[in-house]
Amino acid sequence: MGLLDYFRSSGRPRGSASVAKERLQILVAHDRSARDRPSYLPKLEQEILAVIRKYVEVDMNSVSVNYEQEGNQEVLELNIVLPDTAERA
Amino acid sequence: MARIIVITSGKGGVGKTTTAAAMAMGLAQRGHRTVVIDFDVGLRNLDLIMGCERRVVYDLVNVINGEANLNQALIRDKRCDSLYVLPASQTRDKDALTVEGVGKVLEDLGKGHDYVVCDSPAGIEHGATMAMYFADDAVVVTNPEVSSVRDSDRMLGILASKSRRAETNAEPIREHLLLTRYAPERVARGEMLSVDDVQEILSLNLLGVIPDSQAVLNASNAGIPVILDNASDAGQAYSDMVSRYLGEDLPMRFLEPEKKGLFSRFFGG
Repeated sequence: MGLLDYFRSSGRPRGSASVAKERLQILVAHDRSARDRPSYLPKLEQEILAVIRKYVEVDMNSVSVNYEQEGNQEVLELNIVLPDTAERA
Repeated sequence: MARIIVITSGKGGVGKTTTAAAMAMGLAQRGHRTVVIDFDVGLRNLDLIMGCERRVVYDLVNVINGEANLNQALIRDKRCDSLYVLPASQTRDKDALTVEGVGKVLEDLGKGHDYVVCDSPAGIEHGATMAMYFADDAVVVTNPEVSSVRDSDRMLGILASKSRRAETNAEPIREHLLLTRYAPERVARGEMLSVDDVQEILSLNLLGVIPDSQAVLNASNAGIPVILDNASDAGQAYSDMVSRYLGEDLPMRFLEPEKKGLFSRFFGG
């Protein structure tokens, strides 16, 4: 970097590369976790939701499906948040 | 049986064809019988980069359709006896590439050659999946830039699932990273992802780093694979890459900015 560049750049945050790296690390981790999931997962989520809705009024956001792989073990975690008793139909 | 190498990337314009031409020429120069195939049906360019565009008579699709045999379609390189080019068709529909057809061509080529280099089209659609399906090795060409790195990572997912090796539970495709258009000055200024950054994100075996070089455009203008420009940085970097592929342990070059004179150091040349 030249002397003139030094004066020009002073006071301005340096290095967009570190921002790029951070963004990529998050993105790639997200892409990879989605890639390793079984392809039936979204449909499974929808069907489970449909069954629950027969009995309790819940929305899509109340159901979360988590899939994790640790070594030879695969863990499918379902988390359903039921509404308060007062709101039940 | 020849070893099949796919040059892939996902994103366009990162230097796949330049790399395919350089790698094929590099392997052939070292005495290996090599064929380089253009899989970019409809948008062929490899023939231009190789400088044989006026000698194209038949193409890959003609061979698959049985309209020509391999010997009629293969173009022998005028600079290197052990190198042949199999061009893509310019007019056909890309669906003309079938798994059976491509498999037959690669099998026939494999009998008389040591290496078959497949230049993949950009994207993740039919042509690209056909180019990678039979691969033994994949060179993932990546620019130090967010969209290219992300697409390369997606490509790795596809290589791991949509290939013959994946489908038959064979040993997986050997994946290699080639970083191209690398500008050490910009990396030093913190404006560009460094080779270590990209390695950390993709965690792949690094086959080479090709500097962002004027030699690449000069070479493509003239239809000469840049690896033949021994005096250029890019040519030398490609030559190192081919040596590394063949098992030599060479240090990476062209990772540091060029030393500047006193004048340019003061006034930012």
